Amino acid sequence: MPVPWGEVANTLPEAADAARNLLANGATGVVVKAQIHAGGRGKGGGVKVVRDLAAAENAAKAILGMQLVTHQTGPTGQKVQRLLVEETAAIDRELYLGIVLDRATGKLVFMASQAGGMEIEEVAAKDPAAIIKEEIDPAIGLAGYQGRKLAFALGLKPSMVNQGVTFFQALYKAFIETDASLLEINPFITTKDDKLFALDAKMTFDDNALFRHPDIKALRDVAEEDPLEVEASKYALNYIKLDGSIACMVNGAGLAMATMDIIQYAGGSPANFLDVGGGATQEQIEHAFEILLSDKNVKAIFINIFGGILRVDRLATGVVAAARNLNVTVPIVLRLEGTNVEEGRQILKDSGLNFQVGATMKEAADLVVAAAKVGE
Amino acid sequence: MSVLVDKNTRLIVQGITGKEGTFHAKGAAEYGTQVVGGVTPGKGGTIHEGWPVFNTVAEAVDATGANATVIFVPPPFAADAILEAEDAGLPLIVCITEGIPTIDMVKVWSKIKHSASRLIGPNCPGVISPGKAKIGIMPARIHLEGSIGIVSKSGTLTYEAVHQLTQRGIGQSTAIGIGGDPIIGTTHIDALRLLNDDPDTEAIIMIGEIGGAAEEAAAAFVKEFVRKPVVGFIAGQTAPPGRRMGHAGAIISGGQGTAAEKMKAMADAGIHVVVSPADIGAKLAEVIGR
Repeated sequence: MPVPWGEVANTLPEAADAARNLLANGATGVVVKAQIHAGGRGKGGGVKVVRDLAAAENAAKAILGMQLVTHQTGPTGQKVQRLLVEETAAIDRELYLGIVLDRATGKLVFMASQAGGMEIEEVAAKDPAAIIKEEIDPAIGLAGYQGRKLAFALGLKPSMVNQGVTFFQALYKAFIETDASLLEINPFITTKDDKLFALDAKMTFDDNALFRHPDIKALRDVAEEDPLEVEASKYALNYIKLDGSIACMVNGAGLAMATMDIIQYAGGSPANFLDVGGGATQEQIEHAFEILLSDKNVKAIFINIFGGILRVDRLATGVVAAARNLNVTVPIVLRLEGTNVEEGRQILKDSGLNFQVGATMKEAADLVVAAAKVGE
Repeated sequence: MSVLVDKNTRLIVQGITGKEGTFHAKGAAEYGTQVVGGVTPGKGGTIHEGWPVFNTVAEAVDATGANATVIFVPPPFAADAILEAEDAGLPLIVCITEGIPTIDMVKVWSKIKHSASRLIGPNCPGVISPGKAKIGIMPARIHLEGSIGIVSKSGTLTYEAVHQLTQRGIGQSTAIGIGGDPIIGTTHIDALRLLNDDPDTEAIIMIGEIGGAAEEAAAAFVKEFVRKPVVGFIAGQTAPPGRRMGHAGAIISGGQGTAAEKMKAMADAGIHVVVSPADIGAKLAEVIGR
């Protein structure tokens, strides 16, 4: 796929060298772009177009190391650790291309729009007809006629249509071969001399398929992730940090979400999403405790387990051991159901530790919200 | 009566010699399900825990007269296992495996959707018709035979709903865990249609979660076709946008797939929507007057 000439820079001298090279080799200007795992960088001040070396150095100085806030980064933003310095293109038109899964049909959909450079979510909300879609048959791939339909709908000149079809098919190939879950080229541009370029790209990858893409797995940048989430992922714990005061430990994603909901319904606020899965070991439970407790906002812990595969007595043993080893002082409220629940409750009782047990989900939620209020 | 599984179900287990396959084959048999054999490529001709093992699904079907399969095959090979089961003509395929790559499922779906086979899952707890048969990983003893149908994306939340009913002495006809992945073989609508057509299902509990638009579509279906009472709950009311909540499908993206939208669509369709997951059983009891 054609892309503008450019280099990645991790330091200011590297950025200056890159700009110097580009300008010496005929570039009429350079673009300095922040490289973070989020879109909306231009609006946030992370992309600057300049004409000469001095301006490029100033732009690099301004962007490298900045805390870039965009609508996709969250309010704290992300620190810019590297830049892409590339030649400017003589843009004629800015267009949009994307590939996503349409869950309703179970097919991949190729999307194109003349409204390039804008937030595609806004286009979709305001003028859905402005987005052209082609469903892809997995046995055939993006067919030539589909590519032509897209090219003509985008208003490409007849002389550029074949170039466009080749470009779109290459994009689909890239999607499939990397097991992407989203691919966007925004903007996809035409130049004044009738060439096509991808000026920017965003790809997300299917976590479930990373086992067959060690190269993509290696691109993971833990510096851009929450440290507690990185720690949790080491132990195969599914943890997402939130900003409330009641930590939750739950088995099953649906029940974990429902537990967050019932905490809020009872007047509290969840500190995290945590699914320990169906086969949690004692070691995993201890690590889960460590992670929950290293969040300083946590005032109480809610353990909600419906044991099917995960036996309740085994979980209770793990909880008792973890509470002892880690010297847990915040109140712990449990709600346990399922296989071997009586044995599990007995283990908690015999431990002599200060656990509160709720008979139902609602009762436990009320108990934990009350306990967290005391801690505040 | 019930849907999908009953006393006539003859089940094979793909991946029967694995730890999970073995454990849950035994669980199903203990519950009374007719487990007739299993498949593990390369172990054909052996006997595992008393069950004959076959190299291929086609051989297993020929030899045992199986009419259903449950798949406990690791994620890299699970899509292929589904295709093999479909090719062997099994009417019911339940895939428990979690973590199948989405692009593999795109290919599987392009085949299965035109097939006579029904796929449940993947990434689901399975199906149970209490008192008759179970195919899956759900804890059997929380169930009670009865007349309430349940459809849910989430495993443990299905158990929660079942438990709340059983505690009140209200039994279930069939509980169907459809799975939390972006591509699933049986959707909320498919399951609702089955339960709606089942003369012995008196009322339905529908549990959804954030992400996608399947619950909205299901609500429209309920409004038009379902005349039985439906109680609904959506998990993830407090989930922040842009974060994947465990299930690959559970993500609010571009403002779409929020719990609020889904709950509104369901309420507009006449579904009795509960805000708290603790109220599912009580609401159902109230709605059917028990």
